[in-house]
Amino acid sequence: MAENEKQSLKDKVFESQVWRSIFRHGYADTHRNRVLQVAGNVFLHLHPTKTRRHALRIRFTWCAGGVTFLLFLVTVVTGVILMFYYRPTGEHAYIDIKMLEFDVPFGMVIRNMHRWAAHAMVIAVWVHMFRVFMTGSYKPPREFNWVIGVILLVLTLLLSFTGYLLPWDQLAIWAVTVGTNMARATPLLGHEGPFYELVGVNARYDARSFLIAGQVVGPPALLRFYVLHCIFIPIAASVLMIVHFWRVRKDGGISGPM
Amino acid sequence: MPIIKPVNPDGTDPSQATWSRRDFFALTGWAGFLGGISAGLLAFGRFMFPRVLFEPATAFKAGFPVEYSSGEVSERWIKAQRTWIIRDGKGFCAIEAKCTHLGCTPRWFKDANKFKCPCHGSGFKGFAEGMDSVTVGINFEGPAPRPLERIKVALAEDGQLLIDKGPRFRFEKDEWGKPGSFLKVG
Repeated sequence: MAENEKQSLKDKVFESQVWRSIFRHGYADTHRNRVLQVAGNVFLHLHPTKTRRHALRIRFTWCAGGVTFLLFLVTVVTGVILMFYYRPTGEHAYIDIKMLEFDVPFGMVIRNMHRWAAHAMVIAVWVHMFRVFMTGSYKPPREFNWVIGVILLVLTLLLSFTGYLLPWDQLAIWAVTVGTNMARATPLLGHEGPFYELVGVNARYDARSFLIAGQVVGPPALLRFYVLHCIFIPIAASVLMIVHFWRVRKDGGISGPM
Repeated sequence: MPIIKPVNPDGTDPSQATWSRRDFFALTGWAGFLGGISAGLLAFGRFMFPRVLFEPATAFKAGFPVEYSSGEVSERWIKAQRTWIIRDGKGFCAIEAKCTHLGCTPRWFKDANKFKCPCHGSGFKGFAEGMDSVTVGINFEGPAPRPLERIKVALAEDGQLLIDKGPRFRFEKDEWGKPGSFLKVG
């Protein structure tokens, strides 16, 4: 009796005109349909249509690349949420972080998720690189994907560095002062670097003042780092990640034990 | 159906010409595209260097010489101007509080008689009553590769000290004796 009622309720929902107008026909759970579902979906098609047994061995891959990507997604989501309150100006930046921490409900959780996910992402990306190196997965035909990976590592570090300035406290300002002072020594483009006189750069017009919009780390530098942190580097990293994942598939899938 | 070969109005074969119309348009297209991108990149490079910077002026008036006593490191302008003013028996010199390692602000420790950078521990020689100011700011510990830089000190028309952070005097270039690096006051 109860079974019958359940069945009639199911029919009422799935055979209703509304449901049928949206879904048209049922889904046949066949191997072919499963493959088509992955291959035909814009997000899922990056997955392999078939997975080799070794690719699931966590002791071989450590899933470090996947963890890195997951942490990237965490920073993207929490970062966008933080952008609802944070204003990248000299007057507001510091007080907005304070407000996020102490006055906004769940603000401290979101801010710290962003911060810790960023730290963890840097660690995970190194672990991923270490694993790929130790398993020889950089060897042909995967050399070019290693190169893309190295660029992604640099972009990860730059994301951390540009995010470091945004709290606009003493630690941030001085860390970025120290960090960007190294840009003075850029060959050709830094006014204290080798061959700077060939290009004719000086303290006012060189690689460092390009980065921080002047000669001191002030509000223009904050705005510039904010744009780099929220727009430029994430887009560049996303594009390269797409290529990186695609190449994993095209170069023969996740490398396995010899 | 016979194949009709294209012929130029003067009777020549267009496939033998060095440049076909298609080559010309393709090259023009590419030149326009790459030229546009290059012009855009150059403009962006210039765009990132504004004509005006809203940064503190490099020169400032630091009060009258009588306001400074001989034999001490004055921290009067350290917060506002990042500058130490030092008076010895012969006159004035001014040191910018900017570590020569990576640009942090060192602190003045009177008891230890040295300037010490909080970032990576660089130490620079200090100054005390009865000393000559020629050794002040020379690096002696930590990663700093060279002494602190001195900046221009002069007298303004109204008799105040005029400090200018534009011209700088480096010890390792033997510039500490140069005019402007030291202001003699009788």
